[in-house]
Amino acid sequence: MAEENLLNAKYKTNQRVDRTVRIVTTFCAIGLLLLVLAIAWHLHVASLPSVKKFGLSFLFSSEWDPVAGEFGAWVPIYGTLVTSLIALLIGIPISFGIALFLTELAPQWLRQPLRILIELLAGIPSIIYGMWGLFVFAPFFADTVQPWMIAHLGNARIIGPLFQGPPLGIGILTAGIVLSVMVIPFIASVMRDVFEIVPDLLKESAYALGATKWEVVWNIILPYSRIGVTGGIILGLGRALGETMAVAFVIGNAHQFSISLLMPGSSIASVLANEFTEATGKMYNAALSELGLILFGITLLVFMCSKFLLKKVNK
Amino acid sequence: MIIRPKRHFSFLYFRRRLMNIASLCLASAAMFIGLAWLALILFSLIKNGLPGLSLNVFTQMTQAPGSNGGLLNAIFGSLLIVFFAVFIGAPIGLFIGTYLSEYGKMSRFAVTVRFVNDIFISAPSILLGLFIYQIYVTHVGHFSGWAGSLALSLLVIPIVVRTTEDMFFLVPTPLREAAAALGAPKWKVLISVVLRVSRTGVLTGILLATARITGETAPLLFTALNNQFWNVNMNQPMANLPTVIFQYAMSPYEDWHQLAWAGALLITLFVLGLNIVVRIAFKQKSPLS
Repeated sequence: MAEENLLNAKYKTNQRVDRTVRIVTTFCAIGLLLLVLAIAWHLHVASLPSVKKFGLSFLFSSEWDPVAGEFGAWVPIYGTLVTSLIALLIGIPISFGIALFLTELAPQWLRQPLRILIELLAGIPSIIYGMWGLFVFAPFFADTVQPWMIAHLGNARIIGPLFQGPPLGIGILTAGIVLSVMVIPFIASVMRDVFEIVPDLLKESAYALGATKWEVVWNIILPYSRIGVTGGIILGLGRALGETMAVAFVIGNAHQFSISLLMPGSSIASVLANEFTEATGKMYNAALSELGLILFGITLLVFMCSKFLLKKVNK
Repeated sequence: MIIRPKRHFSFLYFRRRLMNIASLCLASAAMFIGLAWLALILFSLIKNGLPGLSLNVFTQMTQAPGSNGGLLNAIFGSLLIVFFAVFIGAPIGLFIGTYLSEYGKMSRFAVTVRFVNDIFISAPSILLGLFIYQIYVTHVGHFSGWAGSLALSLLVIPIVVRTTEDMFFLVPTPLREAAAALGAPKWKVLISVVLRVSRTGVLTGILLATARITGETAPLLFTALNNQFWNVNMNQPMANLPTVIFQYAMSPYEDWHQLAWAGALLITLFVLGLNIVVRIAFKQKSPLS
């Protein structure tokens, strides 16, 4: 009798523990959903004064005057988009080459170590990229590449205005180049993954017809994996858009709009990093929060695109 | 009669071969560029950081320029902040991962949670710092080590969620069923079968998350801020390595630059070391990519 009671009690306890585990884990999962809503909500509330005062003109005005309380986000938005674009322009071909090398060229025993080395590039903290960009890359860039650019590209017909100005070292172009190194491991990793799922049968058929390696890559692998490749590129774009510290070091943090890539500019994330703790006044804070909200919106959009495309690949 | 191949035929073949060789050379060059960049960064870190890595770095506080300061309080603060971030974030991540793999599975809610988790992984970290500033720092009224840990824990959670779920997913269902058939309640199955089988994988996730947040600077700027002095109170602004590196590197003082390089070398060694050890020991793919 007593034993039966004990068993019964034990059963009851077990049931109670089971229920608790279930409730706690579910609760945490709900919490995660609420958290993302809370982030969006708080950014929205904090940016309300600025949204009300400036409206849509906030996006296109390049005014940034904390003293007068006039704010416009054009310069940081332009800086964010252009640096990310440069990062992709440089990063995509290199990532493509790396993925190609890892899946088609490297001998089997070399693939794993090389993969780890490339992934280490993603492991280096962004502040290290920033320091390296500021102290090592920027001086080198100002001494060698930039004077050449100003002399040879500065007078070109259409792209000329992009390469005019003094060789400062820091600036939008430098930020873009440093960003490109940071996105390479991400894009290369996705490209490698999608290249690997191309069926061997397809490749072997092409080889059997006499195709060269490059023709197999260009005519078989790339068309087969184009959606995944696009998804990987957009993933890299998301990284580049939200990158803070590396950009804050090398972009120059200027609020003057300039079409030249050699001039200093600013990105949304770098403005937040540099000015948020010093921001006094309601409007200043609200303007910075609105910048954060814009960044959140852009990265969310980009993330959804990459998710959508990569999901198609897995199906 | 000898039939000679037409001239343009061999030319086409030559062009294809040339194209092939050129593109493969370019691919190798791309690989070389990637590796060279890694080598360059590591080389300049060692070249600039090693001379500054004296005993002072580990025994002295951060001080005014020119007074032979060190990084002791920053290193200590970083360790403390990172420890508590993992301490807060890892269990929550473990719970959510457990929910997704054992309870939610493919339900609509679980799919949504998975999606939101991926948003967290790819969200700019500075926004998480901004969020903690708005909900915690402004309410408490001062910057603090806790706020820093909270902000970083938001980065730990999604990584741990993903690795936990992936690892739990690999545990064969018959194993769970066998335990359940023996009369084990679900929580016992979870702890002594599922978690036990996948513990190295789960640990890997936690260690990689630790590596990821150790170098994070952006979320700490508006949360932990900085502190010139020795401080063990997590409720006060707290010195931490990334913020000190940022401040010192941006300053005009030569000896501060030296310290920043030394700190940068320390952080990189720690982060990359952890990455390599985890990858070699557990043969696991990065959950970030």
